[in-house]
Amino acid sequence: MKTLILRTASNYLLPILLLISIFILLRGHYLPGGGFVGGLIASIAFVLHAFANGLKNTKRLLKFHPGYLMPVGLAVSFLSGVLPVIGFDEPFMTGLWMHDAIPVLGKLGTALFFDIGVYIVVQGVTLTIIFTISESA
Amino acid sequence: MLIAILTGFLFAILLFFGGKKLVNHKLALLPTLIPLGLFVYFVRFIGEVSNKEFIHKTYEWIPSLGVNLSFTLDGLSLLFSLLITGIGTLVFAYTSSYLKGHEYLDRFYGYLSIFMGAMLGLVLSDNLISLFVFWELTSISSFFLIGFNNTSEASRKSALTALGITGIGGLLLLGGGIVLGNISGTYSITEMLAQKDFIQGHEHYILAACLIFGAAFTKSAQFPFHFWLPGAMKAPTPVSTYLHSATMVKAGVYLLFRMSPLMGSTSFWNNTLLIVGLITMVYSAFHSIFRTDMKGILAYTTISALGILVFLIGLGAHESYLAAAVFIIVHALYKATFFMMTGVVDHQAKTRNVTELSGLRKVMLPVAIAGLLAAISNAGIPPSVGFIGKDLIYEGTFHFEHSAILLTAFAILTNVFISYAGYVAGIKPFIGKLPEKFEKVKFPSFFLWFPPVLLGTLGFIIGLFPVLIEKSLVKPILWSIGEDAAEVHLKLWHGITPILGLSLLTIASGIILYFVLKPSAKKEAFITKFEALSPKSILENFNRAFSKFSVLWTRIFQNGYLRNYVSVIILFLIALMGYTLVDGTTYKIDYASFARLTVYEVVILTILILAIGLIVFAKSRLAAVVATGIMGYSICLLFVFYSAPDLAMTQFAIDTLTVILFVLVLYKLPKYLKLSDYKMRIRDGILSIAFGGLISILALEVLAQPVNSEISDFYAKNSYLLAHGKNVVNVILVDFRGADTMVEISVLAISAIGVFGLLKLRLKSVERYQK
Repeated sequence: MKTLILRTASNYLLPILLLISIFILLRGHYLPGGGFVGGLIASIAFVLHAFANGLKNTKRLLKFHPGYLMPVGLAVSFLSGVLPVIGFDEPFMTGLWMHDAIPVLGKLGTALFFDIGVYIVVQGVTLTIIFTISESA
Repeated sequence: MLIAILTGFLFAILLFFGGKKLVNHKLALLPTLIPLGLFVYFVRFIGEVSNKEFIHKTYEWIPSLGVNLSFTLDGLSLLFSLLITGIGTLVFAYTSSYLKGHEYLDRFYGYLSIFMGAMLGLVLSDNLISLFVFWELTSISSFFLIGFNNTSEASRKSALTALGITGIGGLLLLGGGIVLGNISGTYSITEMLAQKDFIQGHEHYILAACLIFGAAFTKSAQFPFHFWLPGAMKAPTPVSTYLHSATMVKAGVYLLFRMSPLMGSTSFWNNTLLIVGLITMVYSAFHSIFRTDMKGILAYTTISALGILVFLIGLGAHESYLAAAVFIIVHALYKATFFMMTGVVDHQAKTRNVTELSGLRKVMLPVAIAGLLAAISNAGIPPSVGFIGKDLIYEGTFHFEHSAILLTAFAILTNVFISYAGYVAGIKPFIGKLPEKFEKVKFPSFFLWFPPVLLGTLGFIIGLFPVLIEKSLVKPILWSIGEDAAEVHLKLWHGITPILGLSLLTIASGIILYFVLKPSAKKEAFITKFEALSPKSILENFNRAFSKFSVLWTRIFQNGYLRNYVSVIILFLIALMGYTLVDGTTYKIDYASFARLTVYEVVILTILILAIGLIVFAKSRLAAVVATGIMGYSICLLFVFYSAPDLAMTQFAIDTLTVILFVLVLYKLPKYLKLSDYKMRIRDGILSIAFGGLISILALEVLAQPVNSEISDFYAKNSYLLAHGKNVVNVILVDFRGADTMVEISVLAISAIGVFGLLKLRLKSVERYQK
């Protein structure tokens, strides 16, 4: 599917889709969205890019194997859960929140970082599976 | 006391870090300090215990379940602790020479010290559950010790057999502990003792007793579970000495001893022990006289000795308890001597076959002395402690209220066989002419010959001065099982009594048998003919049949066809759910409660049905995949209409990716072929319709139930208050049930690694193969 139109479009679509995925991730706490859907959308963005430009180019763009995203994401989620235990002497996964809201993002809390971890893991998982299958197929 | 038990484990962990350095150099004797230190620690308690001051210590472990680490040091525990640490010291020292320079010497010491710790825990535990934990730990560490020569298949197999048999026993012990715990409401043996009558009158008493029997008989190698012990002789000799003669195999006897005041003196308890012990002692004593391998002989006599102990406990009289208490000491002393002596012979002459060995006294005199001492004590010839032990056994049987003559006859028969076996193993290899091939056998090093000589001599010292163990060990043992010990006086010379006559008869018959019967390979071959009937072969045949059955089972159900898996799963579900639905549902559909159908819904449903039709009748795979995509998107739309935007978004993304994945996979498959014929299609169609129908009925049934909105109300109310989020779905995911999500993303990652591993790593190995 190496059509010129799709290839050109995908170069613009990739950043836009990634932005949307981050938007979806961030709004998740108040409106429909969240880390899981965000991660899926981000992976779709990369898959689309891979379809248009070939897997090699996408991989070159990524610079590292998407598999590495999994431990990173798991670590982010886990640390956001452990933070209350280490820093504040609260049970595991207690939500901690800042007092004042930050412009654009709203109130920040450990739940957001947990969701970011989910976002990263989902991307890592989806891309690893799809890249692996398309490489071996 | 907890520290004393944990020392073994801590030392094993320590070896993990510095083991190689510590053990493979001249420091190989250093680990010996551990059991030696513990031995000294326990010796200090003799004074208190012999004054009837027993020591109790409790550490809380799981108090909510009544499971505590409570330890009791009474006479029985003290005896075993001293045996474990005392013989342990000698075995540790012996090992330093026996396995000198062995690559895995550090591992060996690690396993040994874990075993020692577990064994100490076992004999000190007052809580049945912690006793079970230590019990299993001894089984596990003995598994590693038996299989220490892990390059030999026979040794791995024996280790597995031993683990299987003793492991099952451990589970039975857990069962027995739980039953007793349920009856009495406590897991502490001391507390149970107060409810003795209640427990013995309880309807589950027999069950509890059977479970305890199962545990004790498997661990102490009683008939018909005895066969793991001869197999376990594949272990290095220090292990046989330590585990399979002096300590671990006596754990079962210990358990029976410990439980006797609680569960004993009922006819069921006593008769079972009596019969099993009797069969074991006669059966294996008889077997021992046909063996030619020194360790084989010793293994069978050990089983026989364990049988005698069980038999004595089964007699359940004061004299027999006394006899059992003394015999434990006697047996540990001479049998450990035997084993260590065998180890030296094996180590220096490289064979254990008694038909080949002779005249070895010329090259290793101290070992010959050890063998002689052990054989004398084993045969019960005065002035060894064995004589006292044998005397007491006859006292026990002779003064028993029923069929005393018969029981005594069996005891004499067993002892004659055992003493013959002792002569063959302990004396025969050392006398006679030294064959040429053994002339160059080197003299063993100090730590090989000294421990057996020491133990053998100890047997004589105690024999001459039985007062040494009378007050310090024997009386406290009787106290700890609630017997009166005031009248106990151990002595060598009782005057001329019928018992003395029996002893002399035994000794004489043993010696005569030695001169009449010569061990030979022919006789061993004769007895192995009957092995087809032994419990071991029966178990092996059962195992073989079982693995055949499981192969058959796997071929039928795990046949590698995904479609068959799906069919089986669906069929099973239909059968299971259909049964419940037929049985207890009313099938009332309340049409009035349904909302009216809107145009959107009708349109989507039509699309759905068309898509399904397309999937079923599509001529190409790609078309079918596209149709599944359409179906997925239509369902998303339904979610949107029913105000589940989160679900819809996710489903949308997932469906997109699913279609992509499908296409990627299908791309490389061969052309769309019709693999299923007409009949199969009809079968699958019926299955699908049945399943769909079932799910519909289920959905309607769920709707008919009154809705419990408590949970959703809670989340709706508290999502902003407690978690500062307005999107309830997301708040549940990241906050209320965040731990679930944590696990789920871990599962996701694992599955991705699985896909990666399956496809990539396999490809690599294929590439390597092609090169």
